[in-house]
Amino acid sequence: MADRPITIREALSAALREEMQRDERVFIMGEEVGVWGGTYAVTRGFLDEFGEKRVRDTPIAEMVIAGAAVGAAMAGLRPVAEIMTINFAFLALDAIVNHAAKVRYMFNGQFTVPLVIRTTTGGGKQLGATHSHSPEVIFAHFPGLYVAVPGTAYDAKGMLKASIRDDNPVLFVEHSTMLQRRSPVPDDPDFLLPIGKSDVKRRGDDVTIVTFGKGLEWSMAAAETLAQDGIEAEIIDLRWLRPLDLEPVFESFKKTNRCVVVEESLPMFNVGAEVAARLQDELFDYMDAPVKRVAAMDVPLPYAAEIERMALPSPEKIVKAVKEVVGG
Amino acid sequence: MAETLTMPKLGFDMAEGTLINWTKSVGDTINKGDVIAEIETDKATIEIEAQAGGTILKFLAEPGDVVPVGAPIAYVGAEGEQVPEEGAPPPAAEPPSQAEAEAVAAPPKSEAAPGKTEDKDEGEARPEYAEAQAEAEGAEEPGFIKASPIARRIAEERGIDLRRVKGTGPGGRIVKRDVETFPVEEAPAAPVKEAAPAPSVALPQPSVGEVPSGPDVEIIEISRLRKRIGQRMVESKLYVPHFYVTTAIDVTALLELRKQLNESIPDEARKISVNDLIVKGAALALREYPNLNTHFYGDRLVRHKRIHIGIAVALPGGGLMNVVARDADKTALGTMAVQNREMIARAREGKVRAEDVEGSTFSVSNLGPYDVDHFAAIINPPEAAILAIGAARKTPVVLEDDTVGVRMIMKATISVDHRVSDGAEGAEFLKLFKELLENPMRLLM
Repeated sequence: MADRPITIREALSAALREEMQRDERVFIMGEEVGVWGGTYAVTRGFLDEFGEKRVRDTPIAEMVIAGAAVGAAMAGLRPVAEIMTINFAFLALDAIVNHAAKVRYMFNGQFTVPLVIRTTTGGGKQLGATHSHSPEVIFAHFPGLYVAVPGTAYDAKGMLKASIRDDNPVLFVEHSTMLQRRSPVPDDPDFLLPIGKSDVKRRGDDVTIVTFGKGLEWSMAAAETLAQDGIEAEIIDLRWLRPLDLEPVFESFKKTNRCVVVEESLPMFNVGAEVAARLQDELFDYMDAPVKRVAAMDVPLPYAAEIERMALPSPEKIVKAVKEVVGG
Repeated sequence: MAETLTMPKLGFDMAEGTLINWTKSVGDTINKGDVIAEIETDKATIEIEAQAGGTILKFLAEPGDVVPVGAPIAYVGAEGEQVPEEGAPPPAAEPPSQAEAEAVAAPPKSEAAPGKTEDKDEGEARPEYAEAQAEAEGAEEPGFIKASPIARRIAEERGIDLRRVKGTGPGGRIVKRDVETFPVEEAPAAPVKEAAPAPSVALPQPSVGEVPSGPDVEIIEISRLRKRIGQRMVESKLYVPHFYVTTAIDVTALLELRKQLNESIPDEARKISVNDLIVKGAALALREYPNLNTHFYGDRLVRHKRIHIGIAVALPGGGLMNVVARDADKTALGTMAVQNREMIARAREGKVRAEDVEGSTFSVSNLGPYDVDHFAAIINPPEAAILAIGAARKTPVVLEDDTVGVRMIMKATISVDHRVSDGAEGAEFLKLFKELLENPMRLLM
């Protein structure tokens, strides 16, 4: 069966629908997921198809959503909870970090938490400093919690289905400005992608760009510009911040000897810091240039469109960083 | 104790070899020098010999693996012996057991200054440790050189003094490309441990346009050997300024002498070829013109005191290979003839040995058997010159007494790197070569 190009939104819907059809323990809960069909229309039509019991609108109370979802998961269901945007997940940190991520460990495996928390991330839509965060790294800090950050429709579907079927809690982070991006996706109801595997999205010999989420889009655009100047970038899409799979990064770096990390996160303590530290630790003798990071500026994200653009990464910034490491 | 067999270096430019197959199995007992595997290099399929004897304990590479020169491929030792842990350092040259035994035998000494004794033992058992430490200390000296880690590593592997390298990276940092393209001399005093990658030719490729297809053409993939030849010849033609000097040589006496010599040798396998005489002549002439027995390395020339003549051998499946007549000026003609014949046969069978192809200092390419008048050969870098030989033909010539006679005339053309030498020297070399061949008894002395 040929893969059909569909949007990330459609891929997410398809993944949810297929898993709900496959396993009646799977249910959805969150703000406006039912009657309204989801803030980003991912669950449109689900209420009619699956009924109120399996598509549950909740109060505007993230601690309740996450807390109830953890409890349901411990009791044997497989909840897919939606937190409208990741900015509101801070309200639910205790349930996510102290409960979801710890229960299996603290009860010595007597309980598992087969929970998926879907949420959207990212700035660039003039939503102001409190509604424009990209704080995935905060959640990736804690063992016990998987963090998924798909950048294509293909990955979104395969990763979400795998997350729902896995017995560990997954924070599933979708980028709010990428839901309309299209790519071919298999219709196969058992199409799954492995958890914790990064993916080479473009081959090149001159520099390794490590990225995820929205960074993938910026990096692919930058790579086209760089190719015109004869610089071929290899792009590694991490796809998961935890489990973090750096093997393809190491493999690539042995060839290119140079690396730029691209992400929408703030610059301090971010994925770039982790990748740079690991590279110098594992492959010091392969380094031909310092590892550069392209991230958001270290400021609360501004409201004004022009300044917000300045504060966020861009293909131009990536091109500049690559040229700095390639040098010459 | 178990010994490590490593990927041998089978040519100055060999960086890695692909293991084709093991010809022995784990548990087999082998002697030093036994053929244990076949490998493929850029040049050919080659049988490799065990560097040590014993029972094969373990293979560290599988057929198809690409193994860098110097990397371990197998362990041999006593039957049933434990092999070192994966990733463990190779066994030290000095048996450490002796040092340990001494430490046990003299406990009071150890107690008196335990740290010192241990340090000393360690230092003796692992001399490379001291070296590494000295180097690390050297790096902190004033006059720190700004170089990337990988550039430092490659420089060390290739024996490059970073002070001589110009950095082209950001802020003048010496980066990988700077050391990769830096010409390296082969330093006999401190042999380079690992083969350095050949300098990459970073030149714009001419556009070839779209590859035609259809029933009128056949598309042929370029073989590895052909690619390698292509790369080296492009390198030579682009970077080496060739000049050419041609002369005609009267080889009537030479051919007569060969006939006489071979009449006295009943064994076909020991007979002397024209090429053997030419190689001998070139080697003797090089003694007088050592500047042409030189390798070119950027701002330095490495003049070789020994004369090893590379002989270009056309291979049956296409492509060619240089086998090397070692010490061709000193080796007796009869011995050299046998050796050359065997090496050429091995090359044509794809079974050359390391010593067959390694270390030529000057080359000879002989197309005489193909009935060519004369031709000009491309220099094989880093060599400074190559001698191209045409066919010996009956030719009318004006003799000493101004009459016209028929003589066997053979033309020889030397191609010389103009960065190393000039036309006059090329001509003088050819004059001497001609004299030697025209007075062939001198080749036997």
